[in-house]
Amino acid sequence: MEQNAHHNTETTLETFTIKRTRDLADILGGIIEAFRLLLTGDPELYGILSRSLLFSGTAIILAALWGIPIALLIALKDFRGKTILKTLFSTMIGLPTVVLGLLLFLVFARGSILGPLGLLYAPSGIIIGQALLVTPVLVSIGISAIESVDLEIMSLAKTLGASESQAQMAVLKEALNGVILANVASFNRAIGELGVVLIIGGNIAGGGARTDVLTTAISRATQLGEIGYAVALGILLMIIVFTVNIIVALLRRANQIVELVKHHTLN
Amino acid sequence: MTVVAELKDLTKTYSNKIVVNDVNLQIYEGEILALLGPNGSGKSTILKILAFIESPTGGTVEFQGEKVNYKKTEQVRLQSTLVFQKTALFSTSVYNNVAYGLKIRGVTKSVQEEEVKKALKLVRLEGFEKRPAKKLSGGEQQRVAIARALALKTKLLLLDEPTANLDPKNAGILEEVIETVNRENKVTMVMATHNMFQAEKLPHRIALMSEGKITEIGTPAEVFGKLSKNLASFAAVENTFSGYAKPTSEGTTIVDLGSNVQVEIAEIREGEITIFVNPQDIILCQEPPQSSARNVFNGKITEITDLGNLVNLKVDIGKIFSAQITKRSYNEMTLTLGSQVCIVFKASSVNVF
Repeated sequence: MEQNAHHNTETTLETFTIKRTRDLADILGGIIEAFRLLLTGDPELYGILSRSLLFSGTAIILAALWGIPIALLIALKDFRGKTILKTLFSTMIGLPTVVLGLLLFLVFARGSILGPLGLLYAPSGIIIGQALLVTPVLVSIGISAIESVDLEIMSLAKTLGASESQAQMAVLKEALNGVILANVASFNRAIGELGVVLIIGGNIAGGGARTDVLTTAISRATQLGEIGYAVALGILLMIIVFTVNIIVALLRRANQIVELVKHHTLN
Repeated sequence: MTVVAELKDLTKTYSNKIVVNDVNLQIYEGEILALLGPNGSGKSTILKILAFIESPTGGTVEFQGEKVNYKKTEQVRLQSTLVFQKTALFSTSVYNNVAYGLKIRGVTKSVQEEEVKKALKLVRLEGFEKRPAKKLSGGEQQRVAIARALALKTKLLLLDEPTANLDPKNAGILEEVIETVNRENKVTMVMATHNMFQAEKLPHRIALMSEGKITEIGTPAEVFGKLSKNLASFAAVENTFSGYAKPTSEGTTIVDLGSNVQVEIAEIREGEITIFVNPQDIILCQEPPQSSARNVFNGKITEITDLGNLVNLKVDIGKIFSAQITKRSYNEMTLTLGSQVCIVFKASSVNVF
């Protein structure tokens, strides 16, 4: 009996070792497979990529449509509860994506308030969900960008003849770098989040309106042991995030260099 | 004389602090009116109300014969513009700065270009169109701000301490521009200043302000005439002092300002007079120099104000004198509050009223 037990333990250990070796090989093979998929332009892979870009891109545009006016309003107007509102938005940045996903699920679910709109398990639901998710980031960074602009700019624009909204646009223009940063930070949060897109989107990989994106596809591929696929998707996700940040950094530097060159050549 | 704007019983309070107190004032077409008074006397607030970007707490403002509704100023704002004391520019090219108000008014591009060019020529910044405005020197930036206001050809041009933070060269250029534009284009101007010397030179009329009220109004000669008799209300204007003048045998005059301060002036006067020394005419040094300057005093620094390119220092020599020096000199001399310094100015730098 005792011997048997001992034997069993050994077998388990043996199996474990074999499994681990196989996993390592899987991972190495996965990385090679990933590069093959990336380089050969695997249509499935790039389909997921373009969906991610489309959903998160649209979500940012949507969030900017309401987020920037909200940021302008909070930053430029004096009203009761302004500080509370600002604190609320900055606190909401930390809201776990899964919690927001769950809340939206309850509202979007069939039979719920917004059930008839068919947002659950649909691209539109993901876009709205991500837009709501990034709103606190966009508004908070937007507010500090706008508040950092000299207060006199508003009065300046007005005394030069601008209407209230034209003066606000002048302030926004001065805060442009910060507002772009707010959008980039929001995009990064949207494209990298899993909670909302998993719960609201449902990770549907077949049929008419597919809802699987980079993050959900990575999670599924990993569970299914398709390591190569998961790694390839992961690499794509990292490339996007880095590329967006590098482009923004380059644009800002290019702008500075152009100004510097202009300054020195003209002096 | 046609009245462009009129303030009637105007009052402005900020959280219970009265800044403008029951002011009545008419502004005539084509004149330069100076609001002269110390900081905090309500000059800037009156300008903002005349620019329609600040609304009065009490009283009314009539503009070109019509009562201004401060809840709806979008239209009337197009006819009055204010150049701020602290230069404010958009972070873009000089051209875009100067053209901003023209674009708002829907002026065509070719007219825009022409007007920008003309305005820049007036402030002697021809060819500066493409330069980033914020990379210019402080004086050039203020000239861009003036050009931007001039390009609009508003009925009323308001200038808040237009030369306060500028070096003498830039200040001179701006004073010339103000004079030329007023003479040639008949632009009506109201300017706030605490520089008595400027108030004597440029404007047709002066309104003397103290604690939110206008205490005297009239031509420079009238106002300064009264001023020497009643100076107590005006003591807060920097570098303005009254004292008893006594001629010397060398053809100059010694003015005793009290507190052991005696200033030599380059003309013969006797009796109670008022003097003003431009802060920019005062030289600051650490040791009393061997020089031809007649007025040398030892004192210590009691206040330091950063004005961007310039630094304003208050020096206590028994009386408080303000001196303006460049930021670079300030850094090189490593001055701090309480530093012992001496101030030097020529007898001919003293303006006498």
